[in-house]
Amino acid sequence: MFKGRDVLSILDFTRTDLEELFAETDKILASPHSYENELKGFIMATAFFEPSTRTRLSFHTAMLRLGGSYIDLGELERSSVAKGENLADTIRMLDSYADIIVVRHRLEGAARLAAEIAEAPVINAGDGRKHHPTQAMLDLYTIRREKGVIDGLNYGVLGDLRFGRAAASFILALSIFKPRKLYLISPEILRARREVLETLESSKISFEEVNDLEAVLPELDVLYVTRVQKERFPDPAEYEKVRGSYIVTAKMLEKAKRDLIVMHPLPRVDEIAYDVDNTRHALYFKQAELGVWVRMALLKLILKG
Amino acid sequence: MRKIKDGTVIDHIPAGRAFDVLKILGIKGKEDVTVALVMNVESKKLGKKDIVKIEKRFLKREEVDKIALVAPTATINIIKDYQVVEKRDVQIPDEIVGLLKCINPLCISNAREPVTPRLKVESKQPLKLRCVYCDEVFGEEALEQLVSK
Repeated sequence: MFKGRDVLSILDFTRTDLEELFAETDKILASPHSYENELKGFIMATAFFEPSTRTRLSFHTAMLRLGGSYIDLGELERSSVAKGENLADTIRMLDSYADIIVVRHRLEGAARLAAEIAEAPVINAGDGRKHHPTQAMLDLYTIRREKGVIDGLNYGVLGDLRFGRAAASFILALSIFKPRKLYLISPEILRARREVLETLESSKISFEEVNDLEAVLPELDVLYVTRVQKERFPDPAEYEKVRGSYIVTAKMLEKAKRDLIVMHPLPRVDEIAYDVDNTRHALYFKQAELGVWVRMALLKLILKG
Repeated sequence: MRKIKDGTVIDHIPAGRAFDVLKILGIKGKEDVTVALVMNVESKKLGKKDIVKIEKRFLKREEVDKIALVAPTATINIIKDYQVVEKRDVQIPDEIVGLLKCINPLCISNAREPVTPRLKVESKQPLKLRCVYCDEVFGEEALEQLVSK
């Protein structure tokens, strides 16, 4: 049940909820034109306090394809945020204009505060290092569409598991389902955070933290890649030592299962080599495209049920 | 130790934590009233314990809740006219509202926003807290803020 709900963390949703979302997405994809006026008269406000092109435009597109409209807070330098207006007041204002608010913010828990203040439903489009629930939703939908199932597969999540909210949300999302095995593949200093590991531990999913991608690659059905950033390493020499181990190339994938799918929340820099793009494994562009449809289903379910 | 006429006795403090309790109560030794403190005495219940007695001082709700965090085994005895008129075990609440800040510097509850910190108590012993806003999980390190300068 989604009507009127906030979307703050993927963990607020049950398996049944997510299956309902996926079923709605299937319906929209099967007949997009029948949804052209679904949200006519509704207004979405997007308030991105951290830069975003992909997610923001994805939400805008979703709303427009449903026949709704949007208002956008825009560049912070041009808004009253530059005058020192706080998040709470900004949200109060947007709440008086829009039927639904989508927020991205550098500070963690920002979307939850927004949800407390606003009467309108609030969707978290990313808060600091913590949550990115709609990314996780579209990631799971992509897997379900490509593989037919989410349960019973071997997953590898690669890269920055400590500071990356897409990776964290994806890992948390998997804990709602029944993966066969989950490998968390990262350099030592970028291991998944305590609260993520604790959620995994209580879910009783079989998981393992490893350093080496190539060692586990042949087992994987799904490889979710995220970027390891130089800035996260206190010692640049340390970064130079490890960076090669967290890059995926076509050559490496020769050792992978034939139907391994490679995913990435994008934008990608060099962690997936361009020569992977044309292999049968590359799913990241399709994944981004599916994001619009999943967000359409989400907006429709929240605003109309 | 002489019996106090009116005041509060905080008994069954885990050994070594009496100073933390005094810090929470803002007692620096400049007070007019009698304050008594024993540390590391034998206790049937705890093996070893500390005790703090404060003349003419009755604890506010907020103070009791903070003491519960550093001394979860403590008993508060209210003394009136040399008699124990009330005896209460401290209890760590299920959610700590406003008494403790989230230790995550990136948490919205630490920014200039109209928000009161809220920490869910996931376990009492050992103390494990989860911030309702940012989901950060932490333990006794959060108590530093109660007992530091």
